[in-house]
Formats: sequence, structure tokens, C-alpha cells
Amino acid sequence: MTEAILELKSINVFYGAIHALRNVSLHVNAGEVVTLIGANGAGKTTTLATICGLLRARSGEVRYAGQDISSAQTHRLVESGLVMAPEGRGIFPNLTVEENLRIGAYARKDKPAVASDLAHAYDIFPRLAERKRQKGGTLSGGEQQMLSIARALMSAPKLLLLDEPSLGLAPLIVQTIFETIDRVNEKGVTILLVEQNANIALKHSHRAYVIESGCIEIEGASTELRSDPRVRAAYLGET
Amino acid sequence: MHRTLLLLVVGVSLAFGVDWFLGEFIEEYVVRIINLCGIAIILAVSLNVINGLCGQFSLGHAGFMAIGAYVSAYFTTTLRVLNTETGETVVRAPLFDGAWGFVPALLIGGMAAAAAGLVVGVPTLRLKGDYLAIATLGFGEIVIIMLTNFESVGAARGLPGLPNYASSFWILTFAWICVVSSVFLQRSTFGRALVAIRENELAAEVMGIRVARLKVMAFIYGAFFAGLAGGLLGHLLRTISPSTFGFMKSIEVVVMLVLGGLGSLTGAIVGAIVLTVLPEALRDVEQQAKLPGIRMVVYALVLILLMIFRPQGIFGQRELSLKLLRRLLPGGRK
Repeated sequence: MTEAILELKSINVFYGAIHALRNVSLHVNAGEVVTLIGANGAGKTTTLATICGLLRARSGEVRYAGQDISSAQTHRLVESGLVMAPEGRGIFPNLTVEENLRIGAYARKDKPAVASDLAHAYDIFPRLAERKRQKGGTLSGGEQQMLSIARALMSAPKLLLLDEPSLGLAPLIVQTIFETIDRVNEKGVTILLVEQNANIALKHSHRAYVIESGCIEIEGASTELRSDPRVRAAYLGET
Repeated sequence: MHRTLLLLVVGVSLAFGVDWFLGEFIEEYVVRIINLCGIAIILAVSLNVINGLCGQFSLGHAGFMAIGAYVSAYFTTTLRVLNTETGETVVRAPLFDGAWGFVPALLIGGMAAAAAGLVVGVPTLRLKGDYLAIATLGFGEIVIIMLTNFESVGAARGLPGLPNYASSFWILTFAWICVVSSVFLQRSTFGRALVAIRENELAAEVMGIRVARLKVMAFIYGAFFAGLAGGLLGHLLRTISPSTFGFMKSIEVVVMLVLGGLGSLTGAIVGAIVLTVLPEALRDVEQQAKLPGIRMVVYALVLILLMIFRPQGIFGQRELSLKLLRRLLPGGRK
């Protein structure tokens, strides 16, 4: 059994009076791709926001690399390799592709390594290399998503949190994005992936959790979940 | 470091040269407009860091000016006493004596404004957009109301008799320092991080940018130069009263930015110059047309037309740089 790089121990998160996450527990082992699937408003993004310190859990514990990070500040987490690529392709539209990527390395102090990582990012995403002088906002949806992932990679993550990378993209582009996610994982980056597109997320992950109304309902190996009748009925569009 | 020093020397000698030239050859009225342009440039360029780069819509610039003006005036006037024996005024603190004493007084004014920026920025910069605009507007009004009600600073009458220290030399020197430091800031990692905050605050946060802290730092930077500009304006007008620093003054600076192109340093400079010169230039038109008051109508029309035909401002977010010049000049390389 490999060591868990990330562990959530029965966390509870509230938005005012609304109980958004109820006793959510999950863990991600080093080297894994884990996906968290669920419908709109189930608490997927809330979970990610809580992990990276944008929201605070009222109770429970978040542990990363053996440390309690429940009250850690976001920038400290980025420095220690826990990075999120936000939903809706949260890129900087008026900055060029290259400037976007450089901001990804904002928290890093090892400047020489940044240069080689930039070259590496262009390697993984040749499309971005073609467009490096272009403003982020002029890219297509898929390219913006690639930029968002590439930018997160620029901060040299150990654990990458991806918030709905397939959102609003054509099926063919979604396929490309997920192939890239596989490749990033092969390079040794652990990934926690949040998705509505259960079908593709389960194909490209080792384990999965299903979240409904703020509770983890089902968990298991992705291959098992794909044949689970509850998952098939609710998320894979089968009766 | 060498470059910074060199730039400072260049700026100071340039200001010195221009100051001499203006004094020798140019009529006083024009010199005054140039001085006002210099102050407007400091105001617009410093507000551009807050509103343009960092995208935090502040309407409190006049409040910081007022603080800078009153604090520096305290050091150059209140600290003076009349020597009854000789009939001369002397300054109690030697540091603030004479024209050179003006600089420490100004800097203290700027620092007081910066401190106010810190105090105001920490709670208000959690707010966004309209809410921040209203909160900073409120700050400006609080400053004015306090000044209007404190008898020790002359209440509504203000402080008269400020010494004539704000020469073209000092105004241009500080304008130069403000512009050069803004260029450095804009090109630094800090400047890029500010732009990232403007573009997408959440994404900036998850990239490890300390959003709250950087916003406050931008605010302090802007407030410091607003304080300097206030001190310079006070010693140029030689009388300050709360009404000089009303919220219309803040709006005026915002209009300069919007006219030049929010987020563009070049735009801020051009906007500051245009909006300072235009009302004066239109005076002639007014006299010849024999239509008193038409000046402000034309002024408003110019703004309206610009906003219709070029809503992004004269420069948009572009900068006038050597690269752009080369591209615009005929036969230039692309």
C-alpha cells in the first residue's frame, strides 16, 4: 500500500447556513489519478476549494504529504506542490500565453528550472508553443483548457487538482485533454480530478469517488465503478 | 542598481534644465499649466497602478492627496514661528528649513498618505468593483469632513500662506521618479502579479499569488504618490482647503485614466496632460466665441465622443515603446 499524499478526514464545509460538504473523507495515493464525480452542486468544486485553502472546513482535517493543512494559506500550498487548475479555464485573458505560463511559476524560486519547465510545457502542448505571443483570451476553448493545465504544471506540482477540465469542450477535444492528463500522470504527478463527465473520467483514472449532495456515496476502483449499476444509471446514462 | 542611479541623475538634470528654460523663456501662465500637468501625471500614473494594473476601482485618490498636502504643509508652515526680534520667520526644526526642507516635508506627507492607504486598504480591499468604489469614496469624504471640522487645520478656510516651494524642478523630478518607478513596477514580477489579479483573481490566488497582500501593496504605492502630488499641489497653489480635495478631484483622475486607456502607463500620462491642458486651451475659444461657459460643454463633448468612438481610451492597454514606434514609422520592421 502506497502512502496517501492527500487525505480528507470527515470534513464539513458550510456556506453560511448551507451545509455544503458532510463528513467527506477521501484519500489520494502518490502516483494515482483519482476522480471525484458528481452532478452540479454536489460539492465537487467546494471539495477542491477546501483542499487548496480557499475555503475552510468547519470540522475535520485535510492532510497533505503527512501534514495537517486545514488552516494553511493557499500560497504556501502552491510552494509545497499542491496546485489547482481552476474551473472554467481560469486563465488571464489579456496576458499572452507565455506570460500566463510564467505566472504559473510565480511561487517558485528555482529560476533555471523554470526555463526548462517552460520548454517542457511547450513540449507537451505544441499548440501553445505556436501561440505563445497570442493573448490568452484569443485561444479556443480547448486551447484555454490546455493553457490552464500547462500553467498549473509550471508551478512544479506534486499533486494537481483539476476542476472539470472537460467543461464546455467538444468530445474530440475532451479526448485530447484526457490523454494529456494521462501523460502528465506518467511523469509522476498525482492528480485529483473533478468531473461531471463520468464516462471519460472513469476511463482515465485509477480510483473514483461519487459525491451527491455533499456526501461521498460510492467509492472504489474506476473499473468497478463503471460496472456499478448505480453509477451506470445515474452518470453513464444507462437504464 | 547602476541603471536606477543613472535614471535618477538623468531625471534630475532634465528637470533642472527644463526648470531653468521655463524660468528664462516661457511666460508664467504656461509654466503654471506645465506644473499642473506634472502633478496630474503623478496622480494619474499612481492611480493607474491601483485601478489599471491591479483592477481595483478606487475613488479615494483625493483623500490621499489631502493627507499628503496637509501633513507636508504642517512641516513647512506650522513649524515656522515668527522671530519677534528680527521680524523673520524661522523654522523650528532645521530639517525643514528652506527650499531643501521641502523634500523631507513632502516625503513625510507621502508616507502619511501611504500609512492611510494601509489602514484603509486592509479592510476595504476585500470588497470588489462598485462596493470598493463606494468604500474608497467614503474614505475621501471622511478625510474632507474631518479637515473641515478641525479648527487647528483652519477648518473650512484651510491653510493659507504655504511657502512657494513647488518649483517646476521639484514637480518634474517627482513626476519623473513616479513614471520611472511605475515602469519598473509594471515590468517586475510584482507588476505581472497585479495584472494577474486584475484578470482573474481566483486563478491568481491558486497560482500562489498572495492576492490580499499585493492589492494592499498596490494601494500603498498609489497612496504614497498621491500624497506627494497633494503636497506639491498645496505648495503650488499656496493655499489649501478641504474643498480642493473633494471627490470631484478623484473623479478627475479616474477620467484621465479612462481617457488615456485604463492599464496603460502611456495612456495615463497622455490623459493627464490632455485633461489639464484642454480646459485651459478652451478658454481662448470661449473668449473668441463670446460664449462664456461653453468651455465645459466642449470639454464634456470631447469626453463623450471619445467614449463613443474609442471606449478603450486613446491607448487601450498598449504602451508607447520603442518597439511600437518602430512598427508605426514608415519602412519600420515588423
